[in-house]
Amino acid sequence: MSVTNIVVAGLGGQGVLKVTDILAEVVFRSGCDVKKSEVHGMSQRGGSVSSEVRYGDKVASPMVPAGEADFLVVIDPTQVEVVKGKLKENGILITPENIPVDKLENPRAINTMLLGALAAHLDFADELWQDVLKKEFGPQLYDLNARMFKLGFDSAK
Amino acid sequence: MKQRILASGNEAIAMAAYDCGVNLGCGYPGTPSSEILDEFCKLGGNAEWDPNEKCALETAIGAAMTGCRAIATMKHVGLNVAADPLFTIAYSGTAGGLVIITADDPGMASSQNEQDNRRYARAAGVPMFEPSDSQECYDFLKEAFKLADRFRSPVLFRVTTRVCHSKCVMERESEREALRVGNFVKEPSLNVMIPAYAKMAHRRLRADLAKMAEVAENYAKAEMRSDKLGIITSGISYQHVLDAAPDASVLKLGFTYPLPVNAVKEFVSKVERCIVVEEGDPVLFESISAAGIKVEDKAEMFRFGEFSVERVRKLIANDTTPDPVPPKGKAPQLCPGCPHRKTFEVLRDLGCIVSGDIGCYTLGVLPPFEAIHTTVCMGASITVGLGMRKTLPEEQARKVVSVIGDSTFMHTGVNGIVEMVYNTPATGHVVVIMDNRTTAMTGLQEHPGTGKRLDHKTPAERVVIEDVVRGIGVKNVDIVDTTLETERFAELLKQRLSENECSVIIARRPCILAQARDAKALKAAQAKENK
Repeated sequence: MSVTNIVVAGLGGQGVLKVTDILAEVVFRSGCDVKKSEVHGMSQRGGSVSSEVRYGDKVASPMVPAGEADFLVVIDPTQVEVVKGKLKENGILITPENIPVDKLENPRAINTMLLGALAAHLDFADELWQDVLKKEFGPQLYDLNARMFKLGFDSAK
Repeated sequence: MKQRILASGNEAIAMAAYDCGVNLGCGYPGTPSSEILDEFCKLGGNAEWDPNEKCALETAIGAAMTGCRAIATMKHVGLNVAADPLFTIAYSGTAGGLVIITADDPGMASSQNEQDNRRYARAAGVPMFEPSDSQECYDFLKEAFKLADRFRSPVLFRVTTRVCHSKCVMERESEREALRVGNFVKEPSLNVMIPAYAKMAHRRLRADLAKMAEVAENYAKAEMRSDKLGIITSGISYQHVLDAAPDASVLKLGFTYPLPVNAVKEFVSKVERCIVVEEGDPVLFESISAAGIKVEDKAEMFRFGEFSVERVRKLIANDTTPDPVPPKGKAPQLCPGCPHRKTFEVLRDLGCIVSGDIGCYTLGVLPPFEAIHTTVCMGASITVGLGMRKTLPEEQARKVVSVIGDSTFMHTGVNGIVEMVYNTPATGHVVVIMDNRTTAMTGLQEHPGTGKRLDHKTPAERVVIEDVVRGIGVKNVDIVDTTLETERFAELLKQRLSENECSVIIARRPCILAQARDAKALKAAQAKENK
């Protein structure tokens, strides 16, 4: 199994790190080797944020090389220009344009809907996604996020 | 029994510290090191935030002198503050184990410089481990304490941003070593560094370092894949090398000072071309060259910034074409509703010359405020401002204001107030302490002025800023909420700038992020109670 590279980008406060936390945990539970990378600090203050997940049989560098991302998920459309250099030729770009944003019950859950759209391209069991969504969002927010995840997932299938 | 987990380097360090029975964890928050003590505390470890890194290291030294195990955590520039105790504890050592975690920030994701703290190991004569992922953070910390026990020596543990914050799959042991019980044995010749004892201690240190070089050989791992190209590397660079040059032979060093000379010699003899791939300064290259071994250095351009797989590919190919300039992202900014905003607006509108400090408020340098005009290091705002006041013509000197956050004030700002009261400039001086009741920049940690310990729960005696500055001798001390009393703040500042006296204005209003966090915690606690 070669290494799969995923980059998620957006602005501070949009839940970029939540997306990669869930993704990395799902990959981890599936038994793969996985690494997740991000930069903390100044990025917390509303600036550009990006986080990367690499997985496969064996992953070395935690950072996705430029032009080698298989998937690029961008929460804030203004950030596409900033990170599109990460995407490989024929790589898949997922932005709010690709998901039914009009069906968002809470605008803050846009990250979960995009994650659902990404999940449709990956090969992990739905049960695994649900377990990790439950763990990451807690009982109060799980139901809403599970619905948003499904809407994103179905829109990409 | 081993447990497979997904953890960041910082989490792995905390787990190792807990599992090998560290009695006390000390530190001052600083990206990328801040999470280590929080995690250690959550696991059940005894952790504390100290006012600054010097206090942290010295407290850890005291604990280690009683035979216990202690860690001191800090970012790279924090070790500058703690350098004084470091150089002497290297001589005397401690009866227990002392490991100093230095988290370097190559590329300056959130720092004012990208100094390479591998230099400190060499300068102070302190052995150094350099883990390259979470597993090694866990394993090497335990090894560091074994080394400390064997040689009575402090150990430097150098991690970098990508090691601290990258999550990797690792295995954690299920056993925990028993906590040691403190017992101080009076051995002045070992613990009191008067010249007579220090002279002996320095000789002992150099003899021990020679023996430690032999131990370092055990952490040099040669992966032979080619006799054409060999790469010597350490830390995160090793991970990039595996992707950038999968067919090259690699000598991966885990214990980088003292240098494992024999392993390096042997490796170099087996390959036609041998290049050192290291982020930051050419530290390994210089050590290897000094040992008389011929290796290739990286081009100068690779001294700057963080490594990536693509940059390591270029480095190995000796490709010195300039790196592509990444598209500019959105710069971070002060939060909407941040109490610092109004303070900066007033400073800007009054045309002040603002000597700034380290924290969220450093963002006041950016538009629309552009109201920070110098930033050097923690605590420097007050003293740099004083120096400016002493040499500027009067008209300009009167415009100089120092701004400093509450946590930074506790860190090294207090000394500046003493200097202000003692060597008052002819025009006096004005210091604005931007008190948002937290260490915001690094993730809302507590400090001596918040009245709470590291866990955000345990009450602590609060160090009251206005009492401190009055106690030092500042006559004019005012407290304002610059958000609600913007006009009053502007008038007050104008008045203070016109006087030839020392003044402190405390701009007090809690950080909105800390308030939100505390409200959430309160709600959770109430919900728990109602159950």
